[in-house]
Amino acid sequence: MAANAQTIETVEGLAGEYKYGFVTDIESELLPKGLSEDTVRFISAKKGEPQWMLDWRLRAYKSWLRMAKEKGEPGWAKVSYPEIDFQDIHYYSAPKKKTLKSLDEVDPELLATYEKLGIPLKEREILAGVAVDAVFDSVSVATTFKGKLKDMGIIFCSMSEAVREHPELVQKYLGSVVPVTDNFYATLNSAVFSDGSFVYIPPGVRCPMELSTYFRINEAKTGQFERTLLICDKGAYVSYLEGCTAPMRDDNQLHAAVVELVAMEDAEIRYATVQNWYPGDKNGKGGIYNFVTKRGACRGARSKISWTQVETGSAITWKYPSVILQGDDSVGEFYSVAVANNAQQADTGTKMIHMGKNSKSTIISKGISAGRAQNTYRGLVRVMPGAAGARNYSQCDSLLIGDRCGGHTVPYIEVKNRSAKVEHEATTSRISDDQLFYCRQRGLSEEDAVSTIVNGFCKEVLQKLPMEFAVEAQKLLGVSLEGSVG
Amino acid sequence: MLEIKNLHATVDGKEILRGIDLTIKPGEVHAIMGPNGSGKSTLSYVLAGRDGYEVTEGDILFNGQSLLNLEPEERAREGVFLAFQYPVEIPGVANATFLRSAVNAVRKHRGLADMDAMTFLKTAKAKMKQLQMDEKFLQRAVNQGFSGGEKKRNEVFQMAMLEPKLAILDETDSGLDIDALKIVAEGVNALRSPERSAMVITHYQRLLDYIVPDVVHVLSKGRIIKTGGKDLALELEAKGYADIIADAA
Ligand SMILES: Nc1ncnc2c1ncn2[C@@H]1O[C@H](COP(=O)(O)OP(=O)(O)OP(=O)(O)O)[C@@H](O)[C@H]1O
Ligand SMILES: [Mg+2]
Repeated sequence: MAANAQTIETVEGLAGEYKYGFVTDIESELLPKGLSEDTVRFISAKKGEPQWMLDWRLRAYKSWLRMAKEKGEPGWAKVSYPEIDFQDIHYYSAPKKKTLKSLDEVDPELLATYEKLGIPLKEREILAGVAVDAVFDSVSVATTFKGKLKDMGIIFCSMSEAVREHPELVQKYLGSVVPVTDNFYATLNSAVFSDGSFVYIPPGVRCPMELSTYFRINEAKTGQFERTLLICDKGAYVSYLEGCTAPMRDDNQLHAAVVELVAMEDAEIRYATVQNWYPGDKNGKGGIYNFVTKRGACRGARSKISWTQVETGSAITWKYPSVILQGDDSVGEFYSVAVANNAQQADTGTKMIHMGKNSKSTIISKGISAGRAQNTYRGLVRVMPGAAGARNYSQCDSLLIGDRCGGHTVPYIEVKNRSAKVEHEATTSRISDDQLFYCRQRGLSEEDAVSTIVNGFCKEVLQKLPMEFAVEAQKLLGVSLEGSVG
Repeated sequence: MLEIKNLHATVDGKEILRGIDLTIKPGEVHAIMGPNGSGKSTLSYVLAGRDGYEVTEGDILFNGQSLLNLEPEERAREGVFLAFQYPVEIPGVANATFLRSAVNAVRKHRGLADMDAMTFLKTAKAKMKQLQMDEKFLQRAVNQGFSGGEKKRNEVFQMAMLEPKLAILDETDSGLDIDALKIVAEGVNALRSPERSAMVITHYQRLLDYIVPDVVHVLSKGRIIKTGGKDLALELEAKGYADIIADAA
């Protein structure tokens, strides 16, 4: 209760303009712009990585070079932006002080930044029951609650640490869900990933708290290449939260993260994201490019992976959290709210690949467009020949605010087993003048009216978020749609 | 309380209200009757400040202050409440959530602290009991899937929670069964006080048996053509509008 009140209070400060448009002035170690084999070697050396990791990166780099030469960036998404100059990006930056033992060692300015962001570092996370592995720029600088988790056999640490301390797990699972050559951005990420989070939940263990990572892009023109690997062993359970905000910027910032989830027999993973990166100004200038590959594998029978996301930020979002349903009776879920306002472009959706018998998937997508924004849902449901009795239910709803924006639904359905059942429903609606007037006649301001109507529209998804996150997400929806009517 | 002076208003460039004068004193209930299309709902929208309803002449004073430059939500917070002829559905938004935001928006304007969830629930349940409404309507989405009568009752419930100074009821009786009519009328009467006023738009004298008006007006083609006491409603019921309209012409 207290934690909720805290969160509500913190988040209530979100009104007005994009609030997090500040840049923290922390001396950071910056690698000069540009990408070459040396860049890859530098990053690997900087992290004290073993040879196998460097080799893995170099293989990825070579593949990426080939992809860049042959095809370049993927062009099928309904987004447009100037071609990215991959030599004009910094591939590594890290706060100078590293490997800190306690919060006291953390740069006070960094703590102040977290404060401004409303990130519950000190006692707050205890109240909220959240262990925070804060990723600041590219290196994890604070990891909390490790002791308690360690006692249960849970590993929750930075990716760099995992590479050093748990090489057998990393070698076994890294790239096993998103192969090195999966796609242009994932391949780039594989070559130059800076850091990220690693989670391992041992068999039969139920992680007692919501694990949480806050990402933040801070160094000007630093491409962010986070790498997250989460493994939930037999019968284990974990709920993972990821949220982020970024400072106001003039140059577009590229973000190409990769998240891999592995669920073994009877395991369950819930992965929730609230994404609020700087969307750019009204004309889209200065926003974040968010090209993310998120994929989970339901390896074991009866395993379950559930993605929930609320996407309000970024100038361009290109993101398809997917589930490969390998196990019999496995379950994949995708609950998504994507908001695009002003000049934002979002092309998001999911892929559900049914391989196991009686595997089940549910897709609930809510797209909201305002201003001149373009919002596309792109979803693939594929039922492989062996997936007898597979079922999918998809529901894609678009809400339009004003008449200059667009909402698009592009479903791809491929069914190769006759006993499968796939259902797809789609609706498009507009916020009506009647609804707005009705709300305002009851005393709500126009912005509150929009926010109320939008929250109602997204209810099925918001309900899936953990409590604290749901409150935050609701406020964010309101904030990100400010000025969208009238 | 309310002073409407020579009010002219247009919708899409078409003049619908053509010079209305009407004064409602504190504590009074005025009934507005009139044929379909005479401008009754238009008058209620103009009073509530709906976009697209343009006042071209005249003024509306509420407790001495002109409403014309106020946004709809500002008028609502000042205490103007409109029970809609056709209440609007808001999918996914729980009635309780919606109403609590409304109550707190009004309270904030009056310098009062937010009503906490517990107090809100207690108050809401008490009012629902008076209106013989099932508590489950608190959790249902605003007006979604409500029957015609349930929607109307929900409007009166909202009114009871918001305690407006001026309540405008636009055909709140239509769609109600006989028992519901009585219950809703009691709900309106419960709000009657020397400080509150109401404008009751209706086609049926029956409602006025329960909510006894101080004054009855007949609206036709955007003008008030006759004003009288509660007997006027009886007369209309017996004879229809034809004679009065002919007299006025
Ligand atoms: N947008 C519009 N454009 C043109 N005419 C309109 C518009 N809206 C309303 N009108 C007209 O204004 C007139 C008054 O309508 P209003 O709804 O106020 O009537 P009313 O007295 O409430 O009728 P009823 O008893 O049927 O509810 C009608 O002739 C209607 O067609
Ligand atoms: Mg009407």
